[in-house]
Amino acid sequence: MPQVIELDNLEVRFGERIILKKLNGSLTGRAIGLLGPNGAGKSTLINTLLGFHQPSAGTARIFGKDIRTDAQNVRGLIGYMPENDSFIAGMTGVHFVRLMAEISGLPPEQAMERAHEAFFWVGLGEARYRNLGTYSLGMKQMAKLAQAIAHGPKLLFLDEPTNGLDPPARARMIQLIQEIRGRGDLHLILSSHLLRDVDECCDEVLILKDGRIAASCNLEEERRANRKFLELETRGANGTFTAAIEQLGCEAAAFPNGRMKLVMPEGVEIRQLYALAASQNVQIRRLNHKRDSLEDIFLKAMEVPDGGV
Amino acid sequence: MAVFKHAYKGYDGPLTPAWSRFLVLPRYAFEEMSRKRFYSIFFLVSMLAPLIYALIIYLEHNLSALKMFQIRDIVPIDARFFLNFIGWQSMMAFFLAAFVGPGQISPDLANNALPLYLARPFSRAEYVLGKLSVLLILMSIMTWIPGLLLFILQASLEGGGWFGQNLRIANAIFFGSWIWILLLSLLALALSAWVKWKPLAGGLLFGVFFVAAGFGGAINAVMRTQWGNLLNLSHLIGTVWTSLFEQPFHRGSGAVFFRVHGDEVPTWCCWVSLLAICAFCLYLLSRKIRGAEVVR
Repeated sequence: MPQVIELDNLEVRFGERIILKKLNGSLTGRAIGLLGPNGAGKSTLINTLLGFHQPSAGTARIFGKDIRTDAQNVRGLIGYMPENDSFIAGMTGVHFVRLMAEISGLPPEQAMERAHEAFFWVGLGEARYRNLGTYSLGMKQMAKLAQAIAHGPKLLFLDEPTNGLDPPARARMIQLIQEIRGRGDLHLILSSHLLRDVDECCDEVLILKDGRIAASCNLEEERRANRKFLELETRGANGTFTAAIEQLGCEAAAFPNGRMKLVMPEGVEIRQLYALAASQNVQIRRLNHKRDSLEDIFLKAMEVPDGGV
Repeated sequence: MAVFKHAYKGYDGPLTPAWSRFLVLPRYAFEEMSRKRFYSIFFLVSMLAPLIYALIIYLEHNLSALKMFQIRDIVPIDARFFLNFIGWQSMMAFFLAAFVGPGQISPDLANNALPLYLARPFSRAEYVLGKLSVLLILMSIMTWIPGLLLFILQASLEGGGWFGQNLRIANAIFFGSWIWILLLSLLALALSAWVKWKPLAGGLLFGVFFVAAGFGGAINAVMRTQWGNLLNLSHLIGTVWTSLFEQPFHRGSGAVFFRVHGDEVPTWCCWVSLLAICAFCLYLLSRKIRGAEVVR
């Protein structure tokens, strides 16, 4: 898999304070979630990758380009949707996005065309000639997304994209992000404190804690692994049933009160378990896929002592 | 991304040259200014002086017109004539800087727009250059461009080697104007970057110009010295101009707005002061123009 972001001993200091502490790792996912409690260094990492802060040691590479030596070219690949309210005063929405696209290097005609298209895509087509100052918070978020994608970046940084959005607007934003991810020609980094947003949009997650990487995992693989891990609640099961399950190739462990945990190998289907239970007159009262949710992953990462992974 | 499809699509079309992207900023600024009547009227008024000066040059060389009005000579067309012109136009440029300058950076800072600019292949230097060029282009149209056009008009009407003999005047018009408009532009942008409220930033430009001059005068009076003039921008620029125009009216004369009132400080000191002010403005800009504020 091509590396999207490669962190190479990346350290950032503000005066005497070390904000990012020798980060190492590589991110390859199509949609990468950036999680961490307040002050973990998420925004500093994004700002450093954008070239707003200079690393005090180490470096990072985006699509193989060094952020220290090739910052201009790196930024040419990026679209950025900042967390805070950011716009240009006294401009209509479409004018604003057109200006941003032109600054990114699009010729005026193409910039104008793409600004209109971006506004329609985010669902603000009818409001594109309105002054940005009159937009609601949700509309401003969408306008920020429009300016981030109008120039056709290869990597999109979304910093808290659902901030301040009501449920329908949030659902729309998530849908747009999923649509971008689904296209396959654009990678995205989603920084959010909302685990649900990351869970719905991302296939890889990087968890920061106190300037260090506390966890980094591939959510897709995690989900795939979870699908094979079952928790059963049975009635009438005994050692024979456990042995029969193991004969199917499963790893099984029996607990009191008929509870069982098992890992199914490739090729074994759940209906085979039901068939086996029926043949042995065992009732399966409850069957759960183990759901090691993003929340579990996050909470585990928070328990990791300083030093992380 | 097509309107009819309402779907996202990447862009792989042509790109503009990286060096030319800073020019997007003045283009948008002029577009916005053109919608405001005040700026249009101000700009038209600022073009009156060049027209009057052109008329004077024309009349000076038109014997029949002079006979008709029964005058022998209107004003001599020499270095002083052009210095007065530059002085007047520079005053207009000063007002323009006070009106237009504060609106350049402060709204971007107030609305947190800098990360949007600087997250693109667009550097801090290009951002400052783009904003600077708004003022530089406007003030060039008001100062050295009409000045050189008047010089060419005079040379073409006078003939007989006047152009070659007075080439120094053209140099003085060009470089003298550039020093002034560069100083004004940097001052206006630095104030705009540090003061988010536009009217206050405009007022501060006047403050820097007049209050500093008053303070310099007070220093001169109390300390019985002339070094307080280093705080007086009109004195500094006036001294530099008179040296550039290299005329016998070196003392106590100059342009309409920029007079050198005796007790001069050496010309090189004025140059150094002007350069130091420009460097300080650049430093102030470099402190404020950042993609993200660092909280230490």
